[in-house]
Amino acid sequence: MVGRTPVISREWKIKSILLAVVVLLMVFGGLPLYKHRHARVPVVAGPGVTRVIKLSQYVPSLKGSPADADVFVLEGKEPGGKILVMSNTHANEPAGLMATFIMIENAAVEKGTLYVIPQFNASASRNTKPGDGYPLYFDIPTEWGAKRFRMGNRDASPLEQWPDPDVYVHYPDKQLFSFNDVRNTNRTWPGRADGPLTERVTFAAMEMMRRDKIDVAIDMHGAETMFPVTNCIVAPQKSAKIATLVSLNVKAMEGFDNHVEPSPGNFRGLSHREIGDFSDTIPFLLEAPIPFLDQPTGPKTVKLLLDGKDPFLLSLSKKKKLFVPYDENGWSMEKRVGQHLSVTLEIIRQYTKKNPETAVKVTGIPRYAEVIKAGVGHYFHDPAKAAPASIHYE
Amino acid sequence: MTIIMFLYYLITAFIVVMVAWNFVREKKTVNDMVLYLLVLIPLILRILRVK
Repeated sequence: MVGRTPVISREWKIKSILLAVVVLLMVFGGLPLYKHRHARVPVVAGPGVTRVIKLSQYVPSLKGSPADADVFVLEGKEPGGKILVMSNTHANEPAGLMATFIMIENAAVEKGTLYVIPQFNASASRNTKPGDGYPLYFDIPTEWGAKRFRMGNRDASPLEQWPDPDVYVHYPDKQLFSFNDVRNTNRTWPGRADGPLTERVTFAAMEMMRRDKIDVAIDMHGAETMFPVTNCIVAPQKSAKIATLVSLNVKAMEGFDNHVEPSPGNFRGLSHREIGDFSDTIPFLLEAPIPFLDQPTGPKTVKLLLDGKDPFLLSLSKKKKLFVPYDENGWSMEKRVGQHLSVTLEIIRQYTKKNPETAVKVTGIPRYAEVIKAGVGHYFHDPAKAAPASIHYE
Repeated sequence: MTIIMFLYYLITAFIVVMVAWNFVREKKTVNDMVLYLLVLIPLILRILRVK
């Protein structure tokens, strides 16, 4: 053996080089995805938050899973009605998340109770969309620096719910959906306690509404400008009166359009359909236009996500191909968040007018014009200066 | 994690071992070596619960 040096064959030299290249590819490609999946976004619970519970309180099998979402409860001193607000049912429509973060950090409830679930599909918020070049994060400028959010995906992560079926058979109606809708928490309502993860999430929310006797549920979304169901309040028959009054009022008082779309009776699995059919709660689904999600746009940049300005959509708008008014000003995050907040406040006001015995009075939430003037980031508080007990990670 | 999902992870691990074994056994064709390694990438990322 003395004097002999090990000989590496040509075959293994090639294999080593190839292996090294592939390992590097996996590390450099996988590390940002790993970091995104484990990134934490702080929310500073304002003085209005009286307790924070988990969805697993209603379906214990969710406990410890990445789908076990936080529920922020803001209880007033006076008893009254109960309102639930959810966002990130689709985690690639983040205006709702901005709106619920603003509520958690700023709202004070004087009468009744407000439940807020910022990351309703918590698994989707840690999922990324392959193929479209979506950014992994976006920053909202604030007075104390940029606040970073994860950009999620429409559906829950296959890492938590796998495999998808060939066709998703909705429970209990047996309506057939696309295979990936099994991970879409706006197709799995009303859910079941022993179903797939996403059905357990929606079932937990249904149980919360039934057991806690929640009066109104608001589900915040965003929709493409080329999709007809956009810039609207989707409401079933039982919510239609309030939705119509809200639509008229925000137009008259605040100057923005938000028409009412009837919830189709035969299209199952949607929050605005099943919540109303399977509980006493009155549901509303809010759609704010999000140009970022339209197909014929330029690159899917953070800038497009935040300002909603795109030359291709502008061109289509001139040809009357969009379902919303669209000009050089785009459709900014401020506009979308402001709409969500004003419509929510108006729903609460109209519900209270109609049901004085279960009235809800909320203060501290900015309206449309205020958000546009001050910016979304103005309403976020600096976690570095907040009491540690008030910081929650979403 | 459900039993079916657990089984899918096991199946993935089995396929990783098989493909890696084919990579080791491949002596001449560089194209096939590259192919085996490329096939491994998504499977390994799934087992590591990255993507």
